[in-house]
Amino acid sequence: MPSRLPSPAGRFIDRDKQIKFKFEGRSLVGYQGDTIASALLASGHTILSRSFKYHRPRGVISLSSLDANTLMQVGDSPNRFADRIQIQEGLNVSGQNYWGSLSNDRLSFIGKFSKFLPAGFYYKAFYSPRWAWPIWANFIRKVAGLGVLNPNSKHSYYDKEYLFYDVVVVGAGVAGLSAALEAALSGADVLLLDDEQRVGGSLNWGRSEPDENADITKRDELLNQIQQNNNIHLLSSSSVIGWYTDNWLAVVRENRLIKLRAKSIVVATGCWEQPIVFRNNDLPGVMLGSAAQKLINLWGVRPGERAVIATSDDRGYGVALDVMKAGVEVAAVVDLRPEFNECKLSLEVRRKQIPILLGRTPWEAIPNRQGSRVSKLRVAKIVAQGKCAPEIDSFACDLVIMSAGWFPAAPIVRQAGGKIVYDELSGHTKITDLPENVIAAGGIAGHTSLEAAAADGSYAGNVAAKAAGIDNKRVQPPQIQITKESQMHPWPIFDHPKGKEFVDFDEDLQIHDLETALEEGYTHIEHLKRFTTNGMGPSQGRHSSLSAMRLASRYTGLSLDGTGMTTARPPNAQVTLGHLAGRIFEPVRYTAMHHRHLEAGAKMMPAGMWLRPEYYGSDNRRNQMIQEESSNVRNNVGLIDVSTLGGLDIKGPDAAEFLNRMYTFAYLKQPVGKARYVLMTDIAGVIVDDGVACRLSENHFYVTATTGGVESVYRQMLWFNAQWRLKVDITNITASYAGVNIAGPKSRVVLERLCDDVDLTPDGFPYMGVREGHVAGIPARMLRVGFVGELGYELHVPAHLGEALWDVIIEEGKEEKIRPFGVEAQRLLRLEKGHIIISQDTDGLTHPIEADMAWAIARKKPFYVGLKSVSMLEKKILTRKLVGLEIIETEGSIPKECHLVIDGSEITGRITSIGYSSSLEKYVALAYVSPNQSNPGTIVEIRVEEGEIIQARVVELPFYDPDGLRQEI
Amino acid sequence: MVFGLLKYGLNPRFHPKEFIKESRDLKPSYDVVIIGGGGHGLAAAYYLARDWGITNVAVLEKSWLGGGNTGRNTAIIRSNYLTPEGVEFYDESVQLYKNLSQELDYNILYSERGHFTLAHTDSAIRTSRWRAEVNKHLGVNSEVVYRDDLAQMVPLLNLSEDVRYPVLGALYHPPGAIARHDAVAWGYAGRAAELGAEIHQNTEVIGINVENDKVISLETNKGTVTCGKVLQAVAGQSSEVSRLAGFDLPIRTIPLQACVSLPVKPILDPIIVSGSLHVYISQSDRGEFVMGGSTDPYPRYQTSSSLDFMEGLMGHILELLPFMGELPVLRQWAGLADMTPDFSPVMGETPVQNYYIDAGWGTWGFKATCVSGKRMAETLATGVTPKILEPFALDRFRTFDLVGEKGAASVGH
Repeated sequence: MPSRLPSPAGRFIDRDKQIKFKFEGRSLVGYQGDTIASALLASGHTILSRSFKYHRPRGVISLSSLDANTLMQVGDSPNRFADRIQIQEGLNVSGQNYWGSLSNDRLSFIGKFSKFLPAGFYYKAFYSPRWAWPIWANFIRKVAGLGVLNPNSKHSYYDKEYLFYDVVVVGAGVAGLSAALEAALSGADVLLLDDEQRVGGSLNWGRSEPDENADITKRDELLNQIQQNNNIHLLSSSSVIGWYTDNWLAVVRENRLIKLRAKSIVVATGCWEQPIVFRNNDLPGVMLGSAAQKLINLWGVRPGERAVIATSDDRGYGVALDVMKAGVEVAAVVDLRPEFNECKLSLEVRRKQIPILLGRTPWEAIPNRQGSRVSKLRVAKIVAQGKCAPEIDSFACDLVIMSAGWFPAAPIVRQAGGKIVYDELSGHTKITDLPENVIAAGGIAGHTSLEAAAADGSYAGNVAAKAAGIDNKRVQPPQIQITKESQMHPWPIFDHPKGKEFVDFDEDLQIHDLETALEEGYTHIEHLKRFTTNGMGPSQGRHSSLSAMRLASRYTGLSLDGTGMTTARPPNAQVTLGHLAGRIFEPVRYTAMHHRHLEAGAKMMPAGMWLRPEYYGSDNRRNQMIQEESSNVRNNVGLIDVSTLGGLDIKGPDAAEFLNRMYTFAYLKQPVGKARYVLMTDIAGVIVDDGVACRLSENHFYVTATTGGVESVYRQMLWFNAQWRLKVDITNITASYAGVNIAGPKSRVVLERLCDDVDLTPDGFPYMGVREGHVAGIPARMLRVGFVGELGYELHVPAHLGEALWDVIIEEGKEEKIRPFGVEAQRLLRLEKGHIIISQDTDGLTHPIEADMAWAIARKKPFYVGLKSVSMLEKKILTRKLVGLEIIETEGSIPKECHLVIDGSEITGRITSIGYSSSLEKYVALAYVSPNQSNPGTIVEIRVEEGEIIQARVVELPFYDPDGLRQEI
Repeated sequence: MVFGLLKYGLNPRFHPKEFIKESRDLKPSYDVVIIGGGGHGLAAAYYLARDWGITNVAVLEKSWLGGGNTGRNTAIIRSNYLTPEGVEFYDESVQLYKNLSQELDYNILYSERGHFTLAHTDSAIRTSRWRAEVNKHLGVNSEVVYRDDLAQMVPLLNLSEDVRYPVLGALYHPPGAIARHDAVAWGYAGRAAELGAEIHQNTEVIGINVENDKVISLETNKGTVTCGKVLQAVAGQSSEVSRLAGFDLPIRTIPLQACVSLPVKPILDPIIVSGSLHVYISQSDRGEFVMGGSTDPYPRYQTSSSLDFMEGLMGHILELLPFMGELPVLRQWAGLADMTPDFSPVMGETPVQNYYIDAGWGTWGFKATCVSGKRMAETLATGVTPKILEPFALDRFRTFDLVGEKGAASVGH
């Protein structure tokens, strides 16, 4: 049973500050600095979770927030690392994935059937008969998942920070500290990151010397130098979640996502200690050596009372000394290596007369009667790779400490292009193929001793400063060679006749699961992973990939390097959707008159990046308001905010030529002071935008574009002119101008009151004219255009004067009963005129011919974007045509936009726009129909909801004021 | 097959059968060579054998089976397309998928979930209605639902109007489903091999020999093979491989990224898609949320991940499903989308005789695996393009007979 050690044990805890928290509904107490896991162990709780598939009890294994065993529910947050999160007053923690209680999970019976549930069993079962599968799927779904999301929780506060450094050192162990120091002494601006609450890495908890204070003293010395150096910025509790192109690092620190650009990076993330694969190696009480040392040295927790320590290197002897110091009785040290390796630590253990068993391995852990913890370890002699002799030694113990060696913690390195190369003879790894500005240092690079890691760190710090372009006058520290000492046992995998030797703890995968998959042909490491799900769980294979590689390599006969590893994908550490989303910036654009619309009761709608008034008035009077607004335009005068229309300034000697190429119409001879329609097609001849081009001077055009299309039109213009190199400047000035359209038979009267420097008479300022003048003293570009089909003026003024313009027009138009109108009324008005709206009346394939817009194509010019395609399309037989329809029967259902035009069993088209025209007293629509349906007078059928057929008649466009008399007066 | 499990569990000496066969040496010649061991290529090999008795077939895969887009997609299957040609084609695929586990004797974990394409603008509502009407016309179950319906059907959805893009409605497609993508590739591979097709992994085509506009043989890293007919099914690399055969494709290759969360207890049943917010999301039977977004903003052939993608996607997801903020992300990855100008695939004949193509799968390849495999097998076997594939001929870009599916793509491009 674990328990809290007496003071002063525990470097991370402050015993003066007690903290209460809740675990499974019960109140517990820990100390400031405790993680959830350390506090739970200190109070005797060893089961932290239930496994994914078999619901086996699980306790601490790595204590490094690397494995799924410590995933717990913390408040509304599922799957949190209990060995990372520090306790806080009132924190509410519970276990996950059980039915009943964490200590007594009724679903643990599933483990008894594990023989029948080999890896990938679901591919071979449940689907026959066909009706059975949804039932099974439903059951599988019920037992899936770990933690719980609370559907009522809200997005908490998260934000982002941007940092830039010469050198970023990831990992503040001995190598990282040394690297940061050397880089800073070279003159680099250095950021040192570490994911633990205090920097120091294994110096905080490890034992490399018989003297228990040697490591921490080394840490204090290095840290002291670092703190005195102003070039080093230190961030603890900061996890690098990913390396992205060009040394762009994403770092999670508390509620913040730090985005970090580094000129060079030193990766000193050390290694992940690897487990030994033997029967019941997942029982609570079986843990890695580093976990036991962290419990003792960082949190003052005695991990058990009687221990067996199994190791494949000298560090295990340091662990033995540490657990003895903590008052744990060491029953034996089981060394997997066949011969005793004399070193200071092993000699010290021998001197203390601890039994040392050589060439042996844990063979089977026996649980206590409740199955909640290890109670005995059976140890066997290794006679061949993965094979043991039948003689067994048994040791009663409640703690089994294991280590099969150390594997580089290299996701960052691998994301940056590096490779881990494994030398089968020496058991060593090294990192190759890194770019110049990413340097691996210390344990990750294969340096096992503290001295070597420190020296390698210094060297890396110097190289990194150089890679960051620092003019470095310091003498470069020597590059050191990797020592001969082995990093890893070559085969720490021991097949047991009764199984339950877990390769992957997350996914409950045993040796035979992987062997079955291999025999079935899933021999590629990616197939092995995907078929068995080995490494697909929350640990992402940190403790299981190596064993999987070994098993695959034994089966295929390939080397470990030849077997390869699965791709290292971000995130490398825990990051939530909230971190990534941050405060969620969804920019919205308001026009200058936005508040006036709200005051007038406008219902706003999204339009591209903008909000626009859909109509003015309450929801339940929508249709009435739209009708009122539009008839006021027809009879009096209306005012609409058109600020969102795209505005493009095209200037330069080639401006007209440029427009000639971008748009289908002709602009070379367009007179100054005139506006002309613009229609843009893409290279496939598809209509993509429209607007008007106003020629303000010989070399200056002001071109409008659709609200939703202007960004892409602008991009296209730049893209094309990058090839054409015409002498023209293109500027997107959409947001610089506010605009209104004052439209209706009385618009001139109103405008005359406000404008005295432009001749507004029909001859002085005719239809499609463009003038520059002042309206109520506000400088304005004035366009006489007629989208809604009435006398009207678009007034474009500097954005900051938009509101003033709006106010003065509304004020001066009172007598003429001016009222604002919204997008819906405008849509109706232009529909009566048969004017199309791009993307509503056109789709991804509409070309000018079928939209009946051949009139907008200049025939004599040699080129425009899409010309070749349009010419080809013109020669083809038309498949559809845009026409005007009037609905014949208006008693029943009224078609909606996108209801289909049907001819027998064929779809021949669809309604693109429809509305009730009070001027015409009928429903009118634009629709695509087949060419043989397109003659005026043809009756077509439209299918509406519930399959009802509605008849409509094809009529000539426009529906209203066919001769355009009203807009041209 | 449950008996298989019992046999396995009860008999200590029971040995599983090799299902994915080890590759042998290449033969000097095959009737049909399929370039690309993804879902499409493997399905074609299977149907060539099953429907047409053609088994002197080699599938050449430069890496591992199903390692391209087959293993990188978000495994959504649906037929709620926009054009009649598209709807008919994908509907045949859905019908094949529904029976695929039984057909292959291998559970592909096909799970019908219902598929909601959210509409946040009136124009998106219009497109939804268009798709629903075309679908219904062709017997495919789709309908437009509005806010009130959504509140009932997907209570988890944030229907507040106080967000940047309030949800106005959705296109609801009840047959929308997910499946285990790897299993589709493995199932086809196993059964195709059982029927006699050869599958060669780690076998890369490095040259294509064409004489008199007719394909003669392929150069591979394992030697030359002569071939009767060739099917190219290499989504993500289509332009590169077709160039080896001497012709160009109107395709731009753009990365498409996705990610998956840590597993949590199932809470979201249907598949949710938002075209305006560039989001699609579903929860798998393991409890993981599978999430994707729009294609990357630039063409390239690398499958590295980006941070931008994750930041943008999560912002949008939290607008729709605000309770997901505390969910940790497990893994992100990328695939390559071969985009055609009309957002429809390319299948059938090419300028090179006996060389057939199955390409242009953009973001909709996985859901077409069965039908393209079956119909391409038919095309190769009979030499005649079946009617259902006719609209998707490569020649349509020359003759301007496009099949405009942009409006039905799940996400922005």
